[in-house]
Amino acid sequence: MASVAHAQEHHDHPPAAHKSSRVDSRLLGMYLFLASETMLFGSFFTIYFFDRVVGHDEVGWPPDGLELPVYLALVNTIILVTSSFSMHWALQSIKRNNRSGLIAGLTLTFLLGLTFLLIQIREYTRIGFGPSENAFASTFFGLTGLHGAHVFIGLNLLLYALIRSLRGHYGPKAEDHLGVELPGIYWHFVDVMWIVVYTTVYVI
Amino acid sequence: MRNPFRSESEAFGFVLVCVVLFALVAAAGALFGGLIALVVFLVLAVGLAVYIKGPPKEQDRPAFARQRDDRQRILVVANETVAGKALRGEVVRRAQEDSDVLVVCPALNSPLRHWASDEDGARAKAQTRLDESLGALAAEGVEARGEVGDADPIQAMDDALRTFAANEIVVSTHPPGRSNWLEKQVIERARERYPVPITHVVVDLEREREGPTG
Repeated sequence: MASVAHAQEHHDHPPAAHKSSRVDSRLLGMYLFLASETMLFGSFFTIYFFDRVVGHDEVGWPPDGLELPVYLALVNTIILVTSSFSMHWALQSIKRNNRSGLIAGLTLTFLLGLTFLLIQIREYTRIGFGPSENAFASTFFGLTGLHGAHVFIGLNLLLYALIRSLRGHYGPKAEDHLGVELPGIYWHFVDVMWIVVYTTVYVI
Repeated sequence: MRNPFRSESEAFGFVLVCVVLFALVAAAGALFGGLIALVVFLVLAVGLAVYIKGPPKEQDRPAFARQRDDRQRILVVANETVAGKALRGEVVRRAQEDSDVLVVCPALNSPLRHWASDEDGARAKAQTRLDESLGALAAEGVEARGEVGDADPIQAMDDALRTFAANEIVVSTHPPGRSNWLEKQVIERARERYPVPITHVVVDLEREREGPTG
């Protein structure tokens, strides 16, 4: 009879504790939140595509005379994607018990996110049309504004995590850095949403 | 269904995937115009949706307890069928005099209760079935141990094999068409996952209740 292979042998210490397929309630809360967020963004995208497809043959999309700063938004996209790298670096650092890496990663992510938001605000002030101008303008401000609000929430979560990390919280064990992991998941979600928003609103 | 945001690392990987996919959309837009970019966008979005709808990622390879002697160790995994005569017969037939038999009864739960971590009732019911099964096995001369396992049968097997160096596994299910485990391909996944012989026993509880028919 073949004996069981020893993928990971344990010698002088007891075997690892039993795992559970249950999802940690805090993680479950984040999943449900992201599911609701996906539906919220989905409704905004539905409005966007409906407006775009229906009744704009004559005026065009975007309407004649309105131009979006595609390259400025591209710079903003690169900034936000870079912040995902720094967020990932922060979490990998604390997994290796590298506290300075965690703090540097969170600080960098926060600053990049803040830069993104400030550039977006500056874009709004100089774009030359307002939300009530026409359907295109409404959906543009609706989608990008919704995303901007999420970046703002993400910045608050990051700031909270950063303050806690400066106070010496978090550790390499999974249950000890959930306070970094959850904002990280949220931040990546916000990043993915921006990539979709940028592509649909600015590119296609 | 795959959850691309299951952990920070997977979410980061998903960001990278999205960057690549939407770079393709941008390239299509720059080369062929907005309409083609829209078509590429829709195709990629549907492809991504199909990927997410796919089966969840298999759990990591399990850690196994070390086999220290040649003793026969049988791991029996069964839920509602744990008290079935067919399973009992198979275990009695396989077990030798000094065999070590561990019966694991996963605490089957409703999805809602599972997600809410409300599993006390499911564990209590599984424990009751397990006790009955162990009693029946003892009556037939097989001294077996038992434990209530995780609701996911693969996770329950992983857990058991951490401390129990089984050299064969017996998995009992309802007949095809009535078995949730068969629908989830538990037997096939277990055969791929564990390097020991796996015996599948089908227990038809309804037929056993009706009694022997001519």
